[in-house]
Amino acid sequence: MKKYTNTGSKDTRSGFGAGLTELGQKNESVVALCADLIGSLKMDDFKKNHPERFFQVGIAEANMIGIAAGMTIGGKIPFTGTFANFSTGRVYDQIRQSVAYSEKNVKICASHAGLTLGEDGATHQILEDIGLMKMLPGMTVINTCDYNQTKAATLAIAEYDGPVYLRFGRPVVPNFMPENEKFEIGKAVLLQEGKDVTIVATGHLVWEALLAAETLEAKGISAEVINIHTIKPLDEEAILRSVAKTGCVVTAEEHNFLGGLGESVARVLALNNPLPQEFVAVQDTFGESGTPDELMEKYGLKAANIVEKAEVVINRKFKR
Amino acid sequence: MKPNTQQLTELTTQVRRDILRMVHAVNSGHPGGSLGCAEYLVSLYQAIMNRKETFSMDGEGEDLFFLSNGHISPVFYSVLARSGYFPVAELATFRKLNTRLQGHPCTHDKLPGVRMASGSLGQGLSVGIGAAQAKKLNKDEHLVYVLLGDGELQEGQNWEAMMYASANKVDNLIATVDLNGKQIDGPTEDVLNLGSMKAKFEAFDWTVIEIKEGNSIEAILKGYEQAKALTKQGKPVCVLLHTEMGNGVDFMMGTHAWHGKAPNDAQLEEALTQNPETSFGDY
Repeated sequence: MKKYTNTGSKDTRSGFGAGLTELGQKNESVVALCADLIGSLKMDDFKKNHPERFFQVGIAEANMIGIAAGMTIGGKIPFTGTFANFSTGRVYDQIRQSVAYSEKNVKICASHAGLTLGEDGATHQILEDIGLMKMLPGMTVINTCDYNQTKAATLAIAEYDGPVYLRFGRPVVPNFMPENEKFEIGKAVLLQEGKDVTIVATGHLVWEALLAAETLEAKGISAEVINIHTIKPLDEEAILRSVAKTGCVVTAEEHNFLGGLGESVARVLALNNPLPQEFVAVQDTFGESGTPDELMEKYGLKAANIVEKAEVVINRKFKR
Repeated sequence: MKPNTQQLTELTTQVRRDILRMVHAVNSGHPGGSLGCAEYLVSLYQAIMNRKETFSMDGEGEDLFFLSNGHISPVFYSVLARSGYFPVAELATFRKLNTRLQGHPCTHDKLPGVRMASGSLGQGLSVGIGAAQAKKLNKDEHLVYVLLGDGELQEGQNWEAMMYASANKVDNLIATVDLNGKQIDGPTEDVLNLGSMKAKFEAFDWTVIEIKEGNSIEAILKGYEQAKALTKQGKPVCVLLHTEMGNGVDFMMGTHAWHGKAPNDAQLEEALTQNPETSFGDY
């Protein structure tokens, strides 16, 4: 019996747009800033409904981060919007000093993360952003899996006092998380119980993990699937509770295997309960042009890859 | 009651002593630019800004100041302490382990008076613009002041910010450029010539005034009266403040050598002789 089903595919960034629209109506302190990508970030509605609280900064991301930091001093809750690459790598020092070190309540919202921006190629993709952001002291890092969860996260981070990096993608992906499910920062969601292997996934690879679990089930392997929407702070208890039962783990993410979710999970295991782990992630390379699906396939981020790694890690468990 | 020029002059001398003693005590820090801005910051906090006695991070209902060139932290800390934000005695902890007075200002040890970290250059103007726009949203009529180093204008983010401020009519903002013409590696005109700052700011559609005697308290007070009168007229305001790096200590003036170097014992003594202790007293 499938617990989670695709209720209609949507893009995650539209979840951000919908959340921001709702915030515009219910939280007067929320302001939005965008660096010439209103349409891409789905910020049109907020701009239309609250022009006085919307700030077009032009193609000037460093200035955008600084202005956002300054606005918090007047009690505002700024949401900045641009592509993930320009939200992080381009403005790392601005985020480091004016936001993270200064403990400012800025929400850095990043679309088009990972490979699946697609045809634009490596200059517009980024596979290092989770690492960059999670290394900043005090920064909360969230990577949502579908439309519903992105919307819920957008609403939730406005209520949280502190800097947040919210990462989502461009492509249309299955929307399967329950509508209006409350988003709890730092609390993993157990999607499916199992006993042979734990699959810890983030972003739209959570859906691939569910597909992988189905395939594994057909092969007689029982997989536990955990949706890690918050990479920092990581829900270590949820991971440890699961691996105590399954004895091995596969992590899955649309990110470089260096610096991403996989490494965070590996640290938790190393410190608490060292167990075999396999990584579904990009193998320390830049992306390239292609359709999102082609790129997922070429870089090994599909359900089939999760299945393959699950079988490998279960074998490693039994060899111990 | 705001202090008169004589009281401001006396306090400036005391601030100079603070700067010299702070930097000497840890054999590190930036005395040159700090000394050059002493008259400005003393005047700003004591006579120009409309600020509250107690510190709150949001700064609602008062003027705000942001230091972008964070390396002149000695003068900033001294003026903050002497303006009542934290005990003057705490200046003795400058740059020492477990201090709130970090080498470059930060906020997370909750030092009253500091609203943003600075040190990595070029970020302060953007922050000031954001704070100024928040004030407008909050219908708060108060002003935002930002101090920028001239060498710091080599960072591109400033030019993004300058463009934005005029395009968005951020006219409750007074940005001051500390034009001392010097940076670590030498005169700014040798390192990377900035050309005419007046022409550049005007080309970015700012209102620009110059204070040629940037180390004269009278000239500063007069200049900022004029600058304040030019706010709320649709344009951001820039003050080009011509200062002398190392001002008040003869052997530190006219050179970039004291940008980031502390005086030795003999040099400290000589510098303090030139700036005798005042009624405000040493920390």
